[in-house]
Amino acid sequence: MADAPSLALRDLQAFYGDSHVLHGVSLDVSAGEVVTIIGRNGAGKTTTLRSIMGMVERRTGSIMVAGQEVIAAAPEKIARLGVGYVPEERGIYATLDVTENLMLPRRLNHRGMSLEAIYKLFPNLYERRHSQGTRLSGGEQQMLAVARVLRTGASLFLLDEPTEGLAPVIVQQIGAAIELMKSEGHTILLVEQNFRFAKKIADRHYVMERGRIIDMAPRADIERRDAQIQQYLGI
Amino acid sequence: MSMQVLFGQLLVGLINGSFYALLALGFAIIFGLLGIINVAQGTFYMIGAFSAWMLLNYAGIGYWPALVLSPLITALIGMAVERALISRIYKLDHIYGLLLTYGLMMFIMGTFIFFYATAGRPYPVPADLLGGYNLGFMFLPKYRAWVVVVSIALCVATWFVIEKTPVGRNLRAATENPMLTRAFGINVPALLTFGFGLGVALAGLAGVLAGPIYTVSPLMGGELVIVVFAIVVVGGMQSIFGAVVTGLSFGVLEGLTKVVYPKGSNLVIFIVMFIVLLVKPAGLFGQEK
Repeated sequence: MADAPSLALRDLQAFYGDSHVLHGVSLDVSAGEVVTIIGRNGAGKTTTLRSIMGMVERRTGSIMVAGQEVIAAAPEKIARLGVGYVPEERGIYATLDVTENLMLPRRLNHRGMSLEAIYKLFPNLYERRHSQGTRLSGGEQQMLAVARVLRTGASLFLLDEPTEGLAPVIVQQIGAAIELMKSEGHTILLVEQNFRFAKKIADRHYVMERGRIIDMAPRADIERRDAQIQQYLGI
Repeated sequence: MSMQVLFGQLLVGLINGSFYALLALGFAIIFGLLGIINVAQGTFYMIGAFSAWMLLNYAGIGYWPALVLSPLITALIGMAVERALISRIYKLDHIYGLLLTYGLMMFIMGTFIFFYATAGRPYPVPADLLGGYNLGFMFLPKYRAWVVVVSIALCVATWFVIEKTPVGRNLRAATENPMLTRAFGINVPALLTFGFGLGVALAGLAGVLAGPIYTVSPLMGGELVIVVFAIVVVGGMQSIFGAVVTGLSFGVLEGLTKVVYPKGSNLVIFIVMFIVLLVKPAGLFGQEK
């Protein structure tokens, strides 16, 4: 899909109260590209995604989504530019059932998947469609968090550790959903601790440390630079 | 004790309970969604009643149109207040909302007293609802039966909107996790304005219903808000079901106490409140944190 939006961050700084979390993050994701941010816990990966969505207390610098500056925009405005967000904590609503959780994100256009197609992709969710969102298992909640953004017609996806703490069989299902997004030409920025998972799907990897991007490795360099990347991740 | 007295007080209790339920329901919606303890809830009840009285006396617009127009007027005033004042303090502690709405109550009540003094003004029972039914054991005025029926119907309708419709789904999501809900493209600030309007409109409607039973005065609703506090504490601060059930029960409980021990009728609900706070601090229908 040629009209998938691109993303560009320039000198992004973010703050929570008195703590200065991001110290000038710059990165680019071209339309249709799959890019990861890797790095240790506390490096600022989640804050980067939250900043793009406008969910931090204060941010400065520049965030361009599909060519539009959104550094001062409200989260709902950013979402409506075609951004689908899967938060680290999954963000499943306890007061909504599974179907309501799926129907919540505002539909942006008619390119998104239908509810039927989503249930076909995630049969577990269909079986539990009347259950309260937080009654689902961790894996099902993660499927729901990913499935939820597929319906809206968004084409830039921010995925925050979608495989964290999941059984391998569920990681495969999530992986299949991300592959599907990729094959449809969507743009994806993925935060992932599981590098084995990340390197299979990503075109490029940004390495983050202490609120800054310290390195970037394209897919072709991964094998050659394996030792260095392992060191970045602290493995 | 005669059956006449017992059923008479039960009816009065149900009427009061209906008003309690409507006000408490609105209060619970506003607290759940905005985190604002709306002390002015009784003031919006007064605004509802007064706007109906004004429509009748200044514009010749009667009860039935007022039943729709007055809650709308109340909602519009509420939404303007939310945009202009209340929306500025969401990031602060709950106590600021309590203080702001307390000040709002004093200001609005004072303004009405300035122009209309404190004497009650009668509002006639609509002609269609004059008279009543002789049930054998008691006389049931048509208007009072109407108030109970329409209040309960409204509470059920509000529950339906919140639990079963897309608007209600968005309201619930915004209540549970406002920031994430915004990140899903939903205009939560607009939803908060709408929620405040809905919450005070329920009070305004109760005010219109109350006009023909009590009199219309700037002081009405002032003491009501204390009872509404007790109701939402007992029902569970954010529970709309708890607000409705507790509101109706408290009205009936007051009525029954008037039959067996009249002096205790003003006290009984607060005794219940103390007991509930001791045994189940989150309220009967509230979620323990």
